[in-house]
Amino acid sequence: MIGELDARIPEGPLADKWDNHRFHEKLVAPANRRRFDVIVVGTGLAGAAAAATLGELGYRVKVFTFHDSPRRAHSIAAQGGINAAKNYKNDGDSIDRLFYDTIKGGDYRSREANVYRLAQISVEIIDQCVAQGVPFAREYGGLLDTRSFGGAQVSRTFYARGQTGQQLLLGAYQALARQLHLGTVELHDRTELLDVVLKDGHAVGIVTRDLVTGEMRSHSAHAVVLATGGYGNAFYLSTNAKNSNVTAIWRAHRRGALMANPCFTQIHPTCIPASDEFQSKLTLMSESLRNDGRIWVPKQMDDPRSPDQIPESERDYFLERRYPAFGNLVPRDVASRAAKREVDSGRGVGPLKNGVYLDFSEAMGRLGHDDIEEKYGNLFQMYDRITGEDPYVVPMRIYPAVHYTMGGLWVDYNLMSNVPGLYVLGEANFSDHGANRLGASALMQGLADGYFVLPNTITDYLAGLLGDPPVPVTDPAFTTVEREVDERVRTLLAVNGSRSVDWFHRELGKVLWDNCGMERSADSLKKALGEIPPLRQEFHADVRVLGENETFNQSLEKAGRVADFLEFSELMCLDALQREESCGGHFRVEHQTEEGEALRDDDDFSYVAAWEFAGVDEKPALHKEELAFEAVELAQRSYK
Amino acid sequence: MARTEEEVSTATQRGGADDADRLATDFGKPEPEPARKRRAPFFVQFYRSDIGKKWVMAVTGIVLMGYVFAHMVGNLHVFEGPRQIDNYGEWLRNLLDPPFPRTMALWLLRVTIIVALALHIHAAYALTRVNWRARPQRYKSQRDYVAANFASRTMRWTGIIVGLFLVFHILDLTWGTANPGYVRGEVYRNTVATFERVPVALAYIAACIALGIHLFHGGWSLFQSVGWNNPRFNPWRRYFAVGFAVVVTAGYISVPIAVQVGLVS
Amino acid sequence: MAAAMHVHLRVWRQAGPDDGGHFEDYDVDDVSPDMSFLELFDVLNERLIAERKEPVAFDHDCREGICGSCAMMINGRAHGPERGTATCQLHMRKFNDGDSITVEPWRAAAFPVIRDLVVDRGSLDRIIEAGGYITAPTGSAPDANLILVPKEAADGSMDAAACIGCGACVAACPNGAAQLFTAAKVSHLGLLPQGQPERYQRVAAMVDTMEELFGSCTNHGECEAACPKEISIDFIALLNRDYIKAQFKNRKLSGQRV
Ligand SMILES: Cc1cc2nc3c(=O)[nH]c(=O)nc-3n(C[C@H](O)[C@H](O)[C@H](O)COP(=O)(O)OP(=O)(O)OC[C@H]3O[C@@H](n4cnc5c(N)ncnc54)[C@H](O)[C@@H]3O)c2cc1C
Ligand code: HEM
Ligand code: HEM
Ligand code: SF4
Ligand code: F3S
Ligand code: FES
Repeated sequence: MIGELDARIPEGPLADKWDNHRFHEKLVAPANRRRFDVIVVGTGLAGAAAAATLGELGYRVKVFTFHDSPRRAHSIAAQGGINAAKNYKNDGDSIDRLFYDTIKGGDYRSREANVYRLAQISVEIIDQCVAQGVPFAREYGGLLDTRSFGGAQVSRTFYARGQTGQQLLLGAYQALARQLHLGTVELHDRTELLDVVLKDGHAVGIVTRDLVTGEMRSHSAHAVVLATGGYGNAFYLSTNAKNSNVTAIWRAHRRGALMANPCFTQIHPTCIPASDEFQSKLTLMSESLRNDGRIWVPKQMDDPRSPDQIPESERDYFLERRYPAFGNLVPRDVASRAAKREVDSGRGVGPLKNGVYLDFSEAMGRLGHDDIEEKYGNLFQMYDRITGEDPYVVPMRIYPAVHYTMGGLWVDYNLMSNVPGLYVLGEANFSDHGANRLGASALMQGLADGYFVLPNTITDYLAGLLGDPPVPVTDPAFTTVEREVDERVRTLLAVNGSRSVDWFHRELGKVLWDNCGMERSADSLKKALGEIPPLRQEFHADVRVLGENETFNQSLEKAGRVADFLEFSELMCLDALQREESCGGHFRVEHQTEEGEALRDDDDFSYVAAWEFAGVDEKPALHKEELAFEAVELAQRSYK
Repeated sequence: MARTEEEVSTATQRGGADDADRLATDFGKPEPEPARKRRAPFFVQFYRSDIGKKWVMAVTGIVLMGYVFAHMVGNLHVFEGPRQIDNYGEWLRNLLDPPFPRTMALWLLRVTIIVALALHIHAAYALTRVNWRARPQRYKSQRDYVAANFASRTMRWTGIIVGLFLVFHILDLTWGTANPGYVRGEVYRNTVATFERVPVALAYIAACIALGIHLFHGGWSLFQSVGWNNPRFNPWRRYFAVGFAVVVTAGYISVPIAVQVGLVS
Repeated sequence: MAAAMHVHLRVWRQAGPDDGGHFEDYDVDDVSPDMSFLELFDVLNERLIAERKEPVAFDHDCREGICGSCAMMINGRAHGPERGTATCQLHMRKFNDGDSITVEPWRAAAFPVIRDLVVDRGSLDRIIEAGGYITAPTGSAPDANLILVPKEAADGSMDAAACIGCGACVAACPNGAAQLFTAAKVSHLGLLPQGQPERYQRVAAMVDTMEELFGSCTNHGECEAACPKEISIDFIALLNRDYIKAQFKNRKLSGQRV
């Protein structure tokens, strides 16, 4: 049973906390680093950056990924860009402003100290990436170019065409490759973490399955770092890569790590609507499109006419109408809900009436075809490829989709979970984005955690272990977990029921999207909580997983992941039900202003909800970390 | 299990926190030194790599192209009648004499050609083996090529055809062993004698077409191989290859055709 | 929505690395033209599972044409008929009703088959590990704008850096050469000011590793045609040039002249 949650926030004024902290921490001398084994799970921005940096410092690192190569991690899909408070554009940006924007964007549900540190480090990230050879967009003078992104009033987003995530990941991957070459880091690809091992309450290792041979293996270390990404795929349809999953953090949660704010999921307004029931994932269209595109629906219900047949007077530019000041650039959650409202009211467009128009005709007139092509060429091409429609001629159809998950494992200022020795980085932790993430801030956080935070904070824990060898994998702590994992896999294969894994995943996705999606209510959440457990039981009674463990078996991989989603999503709904307020991505219909704006309840809910696992079908225990705001005073968001 | 801060920081001393050298050596793993071991002579070293071999192929290819072109032009003397071409043959043998003794220059030329050809063929052979090893299991379904053309895919075969032709050609017109009506030094007579035989004429024509095809790709490919690539002249690389291949092929086959149709007799 | 299509699939099935492998025929009805090629396989697999047959294994992840996981030889072309398109971004509307489509794994000595359509492309990573990076340990970097990068250099570098490491170039190359991949990676760093100090060691190290694992380039240009990012073979010329230069430079560096 866990007592008071201690976030270990350093003393001193906000701006000095990080420096003070680094000064007061215990260090590990270069000569001693060789004596420490560190396991890093995940090779996305956070994982690759951490593994590479720890290797550079001289630790013995083992890094794991279920991908066939570190550079395939989901981070690679990030398009838009990465924020940094460089103020190169001299437009009034500063560390304080990035800090403030992030806190405000997160609807005052994140930790001041962490966010401020993130803003401070953002500056070093760009330096680091440029030195590595990330080909950021440039001005003609050779200086770095930036753009304003996702409603920010300053131009602080650095980008590399529409492939920023790819270029940043390649940078981190190359740094990792260098360490692999030097032998400081050992890579295990096509290897999936299936459980975390604790001894005397400390994280001492992991149990993995080799996806090619099915071999179960234990790996021991002084500390375990999880950088395994977000859980958006619980909804089945999302913008996340197909294989992104919750297994790693859920397994850690089951072993005692607290899960924080699982209900905070971000819906992205500009995705391509599903085209049919076979749709396997949703594709994101970069938010930058909203800078020039105008969003509208026909005023008339179920308007059968093609967009060009609909005269100006019969179009409803609902964002510009509702939010004159910000218009089409209102934050993601606001834009998303507005679109949902239109579609639900029967004004949806497209074959399945499941989208709204994003129209560039006005911008084409203003800037001309070439400027538009220069700015959005690759995005338009991508859209055309997927839908077979040419956005230069026909307005795009867009609809919101699950995109990012702010929730994750609870961590303290050191990014260590409540389980000593278990660190969590990137999207997998809950730390910096509160109830809603600003565009271009996830890449920033992943790299901040990996390059700069963890390598500086992990020493505080490791120093205490100096001289202790890692727990041998023959220790019962490992062998028992190994047996459990093996058991779990065999049972999945033994069921041999009648329904495919994907069928269950789709069902779960529908339940979550309808009841715990863009809008949630006590009723819908109770409904979901009533539907998920039976679905889970049916899964374990009737799922069909063919083949055996000893071969490359993708159904088996999926089955394990969906099984964990089925347990996790219940907690997600529970958390949403518990949070009797609307904030950021979490919108409770019971709690809104008369204009339909999210209505926060700072007196009762300005805390982090950290859940403790009590067993499947058992009610988890809720721990609250109260959020203290010293630097900013809480204000109701308004984008009118 | 955690130790006090003092213990830890004294522990860190053990590593020699104040001993710069120790520190340096202990810091992570050192970069491996660039290999200093005595390496094979430069050219051998270079030729060992595939890109090196490709470079050699290109350069020898250029030499051979030069020869083939000059030779083609020389052959055209046939159309000026017996005396000219025989004199030309004679002139070749007397090339640069003085200062060089008679046929010296010609021999130097021959040696260059032989060396170039030898290297060219060896590189071709070596790379072909590398490439076959790189895909031991062929595709089981029909390939649908987009960019690779007939010429590029048949380089080895057109090359070999040209090679075999050369053997016969030397026996035929240089040593005369394969040419009944051969008279040493009487280039015109020998040429006519050879091409009056229909199959030989056809063989020559076939070989020259093979050479043309070889050069259609080779004449472009060599630019890539040596890294001559520049947006300004890239389109011209293709024009050059096509032009060169066409001119050389046409120039060569004009002779046997002329003999066959009786233009030259 | 457009009318449903019917396609006839011939798919390579191979139980494991040591299995011989063979083609199997499947007819798939009610294929939506809006489906991606991978969704076609999702549908096929659902059916196979219903028939208690093991589904077809294939690599995939982002399904947005950026991670480079998907890899199929479709009707004799790596990533299929559509130029500049990865398998996951290929849509059924590019095929006709009643088409028969043959799908097999990518074949190269360096890409051993793991199962069905899944191959091991780790050999590409070996090339990067050999030296495909700029040595810049975390924390050592100067302010980003201290390094001026001409726009042309940045754009050229980005053109090469767009490579998603899918290996289609190797699959398509008649010689099983990885020249385009390597050229893209070398040029990405070699065109930037940051990449200059290690430029020639880098190219030498990467090419030497490449040549241990893959075939050699005879300039077929097939790789460029198959590349989902349409990386230009101009970079191959650049690679060759840098490698040849490296032969001289690196000798000087290691204090040896010939
Ligand atoms: C389409 C899209 C566009 C985006 N655009 C932007 C943007 O423009 N700007 C921005 O800031 N953010 C953007 N984001 C968000 C951002 O990309 C992600 O939040 C971020 O990349 C997460 O990085 P990560 O390192 O935490 O995890 P990931 O990149 O998801 O990496 C997870 C890693 O963990 C490994 N892993 C997971 N589970 C296991 C396991 N059980 N065993 C072994 N290995 C495991 C995976 O193999 C992978 O290597 C975007 C997201 C999406 C989906
Ligand atoms: C003995 C006969 C020959 C053989 C077996 C042969 C074989 C080959 C092969 C396999 C290639 C590689 C294909 C490529 O790199 O694109 C090649 C290239 C070439 N060959 Fe030949 N060849 C022969 C004779 C010749 C002759 C007589 C010439 C010139 C007249 C010639 C000119 C070239 C050129 C210019 C190239 C391109 C070199 C490059 O791309 O780097 N070859 N040859
Ligand atoms: C149909 C066209 C050709 C004709 C009429 C022709 C004619 C001749 C003649 C008359 C000679 C003897 C010269 C002498 O002994 O003084 C000769 C030699 C030679 N030819 Fe040709 N040739 C033809 C095509 C080619 C081609 C296509 C090649 C190469 C690819 C070639 C390569 C040579 C070589 C290498 C020699 C030997 C040169 C020497 O002995 O120094 N020829 N040719
Ligand atoms: S060069 Fe093109 S084809 Fe080759 S790996 Fe890169 S993206 Fe794939
Ligand atoms: S197809 Fe192969 S031969 Fe060279 S140009 Fe491309 S690598
Ligand atoms: S699945 Fe990622 S590129 Fe095709």
